[in-house]
Amino acid sequence: MKLTLKVWRQKNAKDSGKFATYQLNEVSPDMSFLEMFDVLNEELVGKGEDPVAFDHDCREGICGMCSMYINGRAHGPMSGTTTCQLHMRKFKDGDTITVEPWRAGAFPVLKDLVVDRSAFDRIIAAGGYVSVNTGSAKDANNIPVPKHDADAAFAAAACIGCGACVAACKNASAMLFASAKISQLALLPQGKVERTDRVLNMVKQMDAEGFGSCTNTGSCEAECPKNISLENIATMNREYLLATVSKQPDFGGTGGAG
Amino acid sequence: MSSKINSRIPEGSLEQKWTTYRSTTALVNPANKRSLEIIVVGSGLAGASAAASLAELGYKVKCFCFQDSPRRAHSIAAQGGINAAKNYQNDGDSVYRLFYDTIKGGDYRAREANVHRLAEVSASIIDQCVAQGVPFAREYGGLLANRSFGGTQVQRTFYASGQTGQQLLLGAYSALERQVGLGSVKMYNRHEMLEIVNIEGKCRGIIARNLVTGEITRHFGHAVLLCTGGYGNVFFLSTNAMGSNVTAAWKAHKKGAFFGNPCFTQIHPTCIPVSGDHQSKLTLMSESLRNDGRIWVPKKQGDTRKASEIPEDERDYYLERRYPAFGNLVPRDVASRAAKERCDAGYGVGASKMAVYLDYTAAIERYGKTKATQLNENNPGEARIRELGKQVVAEKYGNLFEMYEKITGENPYEVPMRIYPAVHYTMGGLWVDYELMTTVPGLYALGEANFSDHGANRLGASALMQGLADGYFVIPYTIGTYLSNEIRTKPVPTDHEAFVEAEKDVRENIARMMNVKGSKTVDHFHKRLGKIMWEKCGMARNEKGLNEAIVEIRALREEFWRDVRIPGSADELNPELEKAGRVADFLELGELMCMDALNRAESCGGHFREESQAEDGEAMRDDANFMYVAAWEYKGNTQFEMHKETLVYEKVKPSQRSYK
Ligand code: FES
Repeated sequence: MKLTLKVWRQKNAKDSGKFATYQLNEVSPDMSFLEMFDVLNEELVGKGEDPVAFDHDCREGICGMCSMYINGRAHGPMSGTTTCQLHMRKFKDGDTITVEPWRAGAFPVLKDLVVDRSAFDRIIAAGGYVSVNTGSAKDANNIPVPKHDADAAFAAAACIGCGACVAACKNASAMLFASAKISQLALLPQGKVERTDRVLNMVKQMDAEGFGSCTNTGSCEAECPKNISLENIATMNREYLLATVSKQPDFGGTGGAG
Repeated sequence: MSSKINSRIPEGSLEQKWTTYRSTTALVNPANKRSLEIIVVGSGLAGASAAASLAELGYKVKCFCFQDSPRRAHSIAAQGGINAAKNYQNDGDSVYRLFYDTIKGGDYRAREANVHRLAEVSASIIDQCVAQGVPFAREYGGLLANRSFGGTQVQRTFYASGQTGQQLLLGAYSALERQVGLGSVKMYNRHEMLEIVNIEGKCRGIIARNLVTGEITRHFGHAVLLCTGGYGNVFFLSTNAMGSNVTAAWKAHKKGAFFGNPCFTQIHPTCIPVSGDHQSKLTLMSESLRNDGRIWVPKKQGDTRKASEIPEDERDYYLERRYPAFGNLVPRDVASRAAKERCDAGYGVGASKMAVYLDYTAAIERYGKTKATQLNENNPGEARIRELGKQVVAEKYGNLFEMYEKITGENPYEVPMRIYPAVHYTMGGLWVDYELMTTVPGLYALGEANFSDHGANRLGASALMQGLADGYFVIPYTIGTYLSNEIRTKPVPTDHEAFVEAEKDVRENIARMMNVKGSKTVDHFHKRLGKIMWEKCGMARNEKGLNEAIVEIRALREEFWRDVRIPGSADELNPELEKAGRVADFLELGELMCMDALNRAESCGGHFREESQAEDGEAMRDDANFMYVAAWEYKGNTQFEMHKETLVYEKVKPSQRSYK
């Protein structure tokens, strides 16, 4: 099939960037969206032009590296699907497709469709872990975990950290990402010990990175390629409330800490 | 055994070696650890677990990855699970059994002492991961669930749905980020290691390129750990991530680290077949699918009927026919070769005819009937049985079926899946001794990057186990043996001539590539290399083909350096330049793989030499002549010399594998 591509081109972080239009004449419906970009890039290199830079690695929907904003939607039209798992049979001959990078203040563009998502790593470094050194763990079956909790923790832990939630949100909020980790660990006995500090520190880091606040529009959940649920945000808010109360015994009746 | 290699296997009985080693090896006191610097290259299971554990001990760690975050490393894509000798199922598992299965599965080409240690530490890995909050699958009683995997007779595989690698990596990543937050690890994302730096015979650092700015930087370390994964992408098409490469290992090889068994590659039997020339990578369908699916091709050559139109008695369930004892659950290498044999003989299916069916019809029916009985439904109709059966199958394999449909556009609940083998894992890698040190003192290789534990064939659910064993539980001890002698070594300033020299080499190599300004893209060369490797050094190899491949690879390499075109410049984000550097290294490695395959005139594990097979087509090992590890030394100018590490089996008596 024949397609017209409008692609965001930006030389580097300082460049202001603009759209460029390309024509592709032989796109196979069996190609993945990124394979279509491979074809485009082969053509561009052949013509002596600069190929389009984009992030990708596993190409099987699990590493979270691919990140294209396609026709106004993070990862394109298919729900529950990353850009690398999107196939061209979902488009029609003659379509025009607009492709942009994730847009968010906390995700500066590095080149073309590549953005810097290291803010996510810093949020995890602020508290998205259990403080257990190698070798100090007891037998894994010492603490039974109700299957229901383990399954719910897994569902939250399935987040691939791609940042589609931020790109989809009009406030560029990172609540879905941060809340997925917070609820995963809050659901498990191993994570409960540090839950207070965890939520406070991660939220603090999220704000410091310049992510926006959550106004419950739900577009993060709708665009998430792993169907991470909005319920996680509710859990995080609950955790946060509990944490602020227990950290500031003077303000609340229930806080018994200190 | 060659005098240039010493595997340093500790004395004592096999069961006692690791315990004795751990309690007698030299220690580094906490104050000294703070002034010892360690560089970790790669942030997958091996790299992230090593970096985190070493930082916890007090060492100063720098960790490098080429992706935008350490969490992206390709360990994340492992689906099936991780083995551990916990014997939680009370089905007779033990350290010895896991050890034995791994040695046998590796077709007696792995080192006993290493494999035994791997089996010993396997249980602690599960403890560690659970403590980190890794959400493994659980039973209703709240205890951990297990499944059997890859044809083993005990249930020792721990899993988190079909995303075990992801959950384990995120666990290791969280431990790593914790150390980053504490200031004990400095993380370098989007950096690629392009050279190691040796000073007075010891590895003392690396040269890396910042992939965003193109800046070349020097980094000192008292020791360097390469945790950079495997080299399956030498075949262009593989299940590896697009960025997976051999560059770090290859640069180390050219600076003195021997390469062990480079020809040992694993071809995974259940991948989604190639759909066209645009194909950029292949996707694995978890091996667990073989537990319930039946594999078949039509009995008639070139049959063009749809699968549903082919009656039962005109189908050839060739694995069940050839291997009645193991059927569809034979090891990976055996299943892969059998599929190739059928397709080569003209029985393949699908448009390309290079595929076989993996059929769930029988499983859906069987599960449907059981479910109906459970629900007390008497006389359910065929449609109802199928409906119930599909529900059960969806619970077990739903995410895999969905993935298949996304990629192929076909619904595997209704039509059989088409599968074909694809390159998946490399058992070969940098040669290491018992301490995981390469032949360059101070330079270590962990995880898939080393050659050590899987012999000629890796068992399912063992890659994750080895990566984490190396990083969490082996290197924290063995590195102390070396570093306890380095406490007086002051950090070498990076203006030392060895650093200057190494950086100059890196810059010259990049400039040379950029200056070719030829007419063909990097992928053009990579695809051609992949085709040579797949056809002549793939699932079946023979002397003639391998000799041809060596000549063809040399010619291709020469053409690459004459005609490759890399757009843009070296001081910016330039993915084509990154690829070019990696392909240049693959073009050298490919030749060595063929040389190694040529030398090994036996069939063992994933390495099948057509000259070495029994009358019924089964692989024939040659223990009298090849019971050794081939450790290749780089002699400059793509010349290599082989050294042998003889394998001694004290515990297990090698026998010919049979799955009939
Ligand atoms: S490339 Fe890994 S998720 Fe798309």
